[in-house]
Amino acid sequence: MSPSAYVVLSVILFAIGGVGVLVRRNAIIVFMCIELMLNACNLAFVAFSRMHGNLDGQVIAFFVMVVAAAEVVVGLAILMTIFRTRRSTSVDDASLLKN
Amino acid sequence: MSHVLASAGTTAAATSQSVIFWLLAVVSVGSAVGMVLARRAVHCALFLAAIMLSLAVYYAMQSAPFLAFVQVIVYTGAVLMLFLFVMMLIGVSSRDSLVETIRGQRLAAAIAGIALVVLLILGIGHAALGPATQSVANGGAGNVTGLATLIFTTYVFPFEVTSALLITAALGAMVLAHRERTSPKLTQRELSQQRVASGRPTPLPSPGVFALHNAVDLPALLPDGSPSELSVSSMLARRELGDDGTPALPPAPDEPEFDNPSGRADGSADENAEAADHAEPAGVSTQGGTDS
Amino acid sequence: MTSSAAVGVHSIAATMTTAPAVGFQRYAWLMLAFPVFGALVLIFGGRRTNRWGHLLGVAMPIGSFVVGLISFFALLGYTDRSRDVHMFTWIAVGDFHANVGLLLDPLSMTFVLLITGVGSLIHIYSIGYMAHDPERRRFFGYLNLFIAAMLLLVLADNYLVLYAGWEGVGLASYLLIGFWQYKPSAAVAAKKAFIVNRVGDAGLTVAIFLMFSTFGTVTFTGVFSGTKAAGTGVDTALGLLLLLGACGKSAQLPLQSWLLDAMEGPTPVSALIHAATMVTAGVYLLVRSNPILFYSSTARLAITVVGAATLLFGAIIGCAKDDIKKSLAGSTMSQIGYMFLGAGLGPIGYVFAIAHLVAHGFFKADLFLGAGSIMHGMNDEVNMRRYGALRRFLPATFGCFLVGYLAIIGIPPFSGFFTKDGIIEAAWDKGGTSGAILATAALIGAGLTAFYMTRMVLMTFFGKARWEDEVPAGRRETPETDTAGHAPHPHESPWVMIWPMIILSIGAIVTGGFLVINGRFAHFLEPVTGPAPDNNGIWTVPGIIALVLVVLGAGLAWLMYGRAEVPAVAPAGSPLTRAARQDLYGDAFNESVLMRPGQWLTRLSVFFDNRGVDGLVNTAAAAVGGSSGRLRRVQTGFVRSYALSMFFGAALLVAALLAVRL
Repeated sequence: MSPSAYVVLSVILFAIGGVGVLVRRNAIIVFMCIELMLNACNLAFVAFSRMHGNLDGQVIAFFVMVVAAAEVVVGLAILMTIFRTRRSTSVDDASLLKN
Repeated sequence: MSHVLASAGTTAAATSQSVIFWLLAVVSVGSAVGMVLARRAVHCALFLAAIMLSLAVYYAMQSAPFLAFVQVIVYTGAVLMLFLFVMMLIGVSSRDSLVETIRGQRLAAAIAGIALVVLLILGIGHAALGPATQSVANGGAGNVTGLATLIFTTYVFPFEVTSALLITAALGAMVLAHRERTSPKLTQRELSQQRVASGRPTPLPSPGVFALHNAVDLPALLPDGSPSELSVSSMLARRELGDDGTPALPPAPDEPEFDNPSGRADGSADENAEAADHAEPAGVSTQGGTDS
Repeated sequence: MTSSAAVGVHSIAATMTTAPAVGFQRYAWLMLAFPVFGALVLIFGGRRTNRWGHLLGVAMPIGSFVVGLISFFALLGYTDRSRDVHMFTWIAVGDFHANVGLLLDPLSMTFVLLITGVGSLIHIYSIGYMAHDPERRRFFGYLNLFIAAMLLLVLADNYLVLYAGWEGVGLASYLLIGFWQYKPSAAVAAKKAFIVNRVGDAGLTVAIFLMFSTFGTVTFTGVFSGTKAAGTGVDTALGLLLLLGACGKSAQLPLQSWLLDAMEGPTPVSALIHAATMVTAGVYLLVRSNPILFYSSTARLAITVVGAATLLFGAIIGCAKDDIKKSLAGSTMSQIGYMFLGAGLGPIGYVFAIAHLVAHGFFKADLFLGAGSIMHGMNDEVNMRRYGALRRFLPATFGCFLVGYLAIIGIPPFSGFFTKDGIIEAAWDKGGTSGAILATAALIGAGLTAFYMTRMVLMTFFGKARWEDEVPAGRRETPETDTAGHAPHPHESPWVMIWPMIILSIGAIVTGGFLVINGRFAHFLEPVTGPAPDNNGIWTVPGIIALVLVVLGAGLAWLMYGRAEVPAVAPAGSPLTRAARQDLYGDAFNESVLMRPGQWLTRLSVFFDNRGVDGLVNTAAAAVGGSSGRLRRVQTGFVRSYALSMFFGAALLVAALLAVRL
């Protein structure tokens, strides 16, 4: 398969993830959609890596994974804190700067 | 697998790659759409798992076996489990209301998404994306060794920064999850006094005792034959005993969005079915990975 | 005329050489300080001064009078008879210095003695008249303020300080006319007086502006030394503007409407306004500004016309009013008209105008205090048709009132005969058509004066008693309830009220003769007004005609009100009577010609302001506010909205990149 097919697929997944971020209110699902977007990027990185015939793209994808893991850890911890105080994970509920 | 693919170059190999690509493309895009549309967070997580496993296969197909394993182990295994874990904490069966509250948000999001796709594909179409060079880079010491060489030579500084980031994230998560104790911790003596004062010094009755069978969601029968509500965990749907002694169908409770985390029988069945559906490509990818 | 003009020019130059004051006159500021001190203590002292406040209030003008008297005698010793007391620099802006200084010259000293002398007597009278008023202390505070403002007005050595006193008089008159402010009529009358005065003040203000722009100074010395060089146009403009100011203060046509309503104030206030202060300020201003008028025959003609018209106007109103105070107010208007007429006639007229002013100060104060005494004994009844036969009950008041009566109508040897006939004679001597018309008006005015004053005396003191009925609440001067429901039982006033009237009566008898015979006053005033032509003697043709008309007018009044029975309820009367009862439609005129168009103009301005100016501003504000509101709506606080804009931004970025690269 030509790398462009992978890149197009990654674009489509990225866009779907973005739309998911925009339309879903549950913070967990929003996080999952962000993960999807990151994964779509990874796919593009890997495709480019293969296209160029070097491993730099894969290294970048690896770093993206690490950062994504860190982000999930912190994000979910924040989510837990919010849920503890508000009993809700809806991102729309946290629309005010004060409680 | 990589040198198999590299050395093949035959029409048959290319065809099989195309078949797998298109199959997984449909699966991953379908799962992504499903993730956006699913009401339950658990379903979303399962759809995401399907996508991630598909991507793992793609990585393997593009001569990145290390990333494929990392994808399966770290992403699908650890990160997604973390998601599920948090979901359990805040209500595993919580369902979103899919009614949009911000006016025009969905339409705008759809327009933006489609616009982005169209524009990017337009750009990619104009870009000179050459054919795959069939992993020349993996040729020498192999994929993992090559990656390690890169990470510890060229990318050593970002790598160190990443480790700092991970430590910071771990600390941050701990700080965020930590809860200040607002009242003094009860001593053993106070706990026992509280227990006696509560009117029930004994443990709660076990579920299923003297009932027709010993399932955890079947309430115990008290000596007078009435079911004891206390015997079933509040997390579980309580099955009522019918007049004829057979378990009645569970009542269909109006589930609040997050407050009642008890899983329904039909819901868990769906989850199982979907998990079974998506297990297949994952199996293929691992299979492909082990082959190499 | 040319020779007199030359003399006039010479006299002006002589007038304005003032020397710094020495000796006792350096303390002339005490005249001002006394009433100012009294006003401050009484107005801000509060109730703790209630017990002795009226005594302080009386002592202050008497103190001023004593200082004034000493200064006056000191002034008689100087040949140039003019001293300037520099006090301090009020405003110093660049080359412009407004100094506060006192000018002691024959004219100002005449006024000082009149104001403090008659004012003191009125203060003493007020002790008795206001004895039962809980706010007597405040009343005395206002009276002192009035005296202080008037003294500042006449003692000022420049127009700016004069203006300060001018406005002070307006303020004090507002406070005093509206003293019983709980009466709506009094509050309205006070506002009316103030507003009408503002119209006149505008004239004076513009005149001062014009002086400053023309002469670069506002001192009397500086202005008068430049009048010849300034040209007739400027002098005429100044004269007419000053006339407008004088009309406002002195209640001359067309700004006469406030005076009759001003009767809502307590009677001593009326006496003070009409005799010693306020209305005399206009005459003072014109006579003081004689070097300006000297060069403008137009302005002088306008002054005589205003004076002649007002003297007839006031006399006609006085003939028809049944309210004793309003009738006297019409009389005041008429007498001030005489003074204006005199002031417009040149040097001889100035002398007689001031002489008449002094004499009028005595007899009009006498008459007003007499009227107050009558009201005091009649449960504050003011309707003359409810009086009658009061001479038996109020003998002392009757005697004083009679003296005032004889003085005002001009029976020799009482004051009015000398001073008023002097003005008539001056008009007669003017010659030409205008002189004939003015003299005729003055003569008719004399007859009318005799008629309404005789009518007043007859209705009040003679005939049958008509006061049996209870006084309706609406007609009494003060709405005190303790006397309601009782028939009035006329009684003589206390001595503290009688004595001032007796002193004023003596003044009313002797002042005119003392001032006019042998031209004493003319010589005294010469430094200010220029030398007057020689007197024609006491018995002149116009004087005899006037006397005949006076006798005729008095006889007619006797026929109508002495011999015939006076009805207790006013008959319908002729159209002229009805018009005069309505102040000759002065208010209606003001309302239809000035107020209505003014209101329309105001509404138009308000409309323009609301829709035009405010509309512009508000539209701009609303545009900013509205767009801000819409922009604010973007900031929903919803993370997803922000994410959407980010997403759009990303798409736009891609689009931009493509647009650049492709």
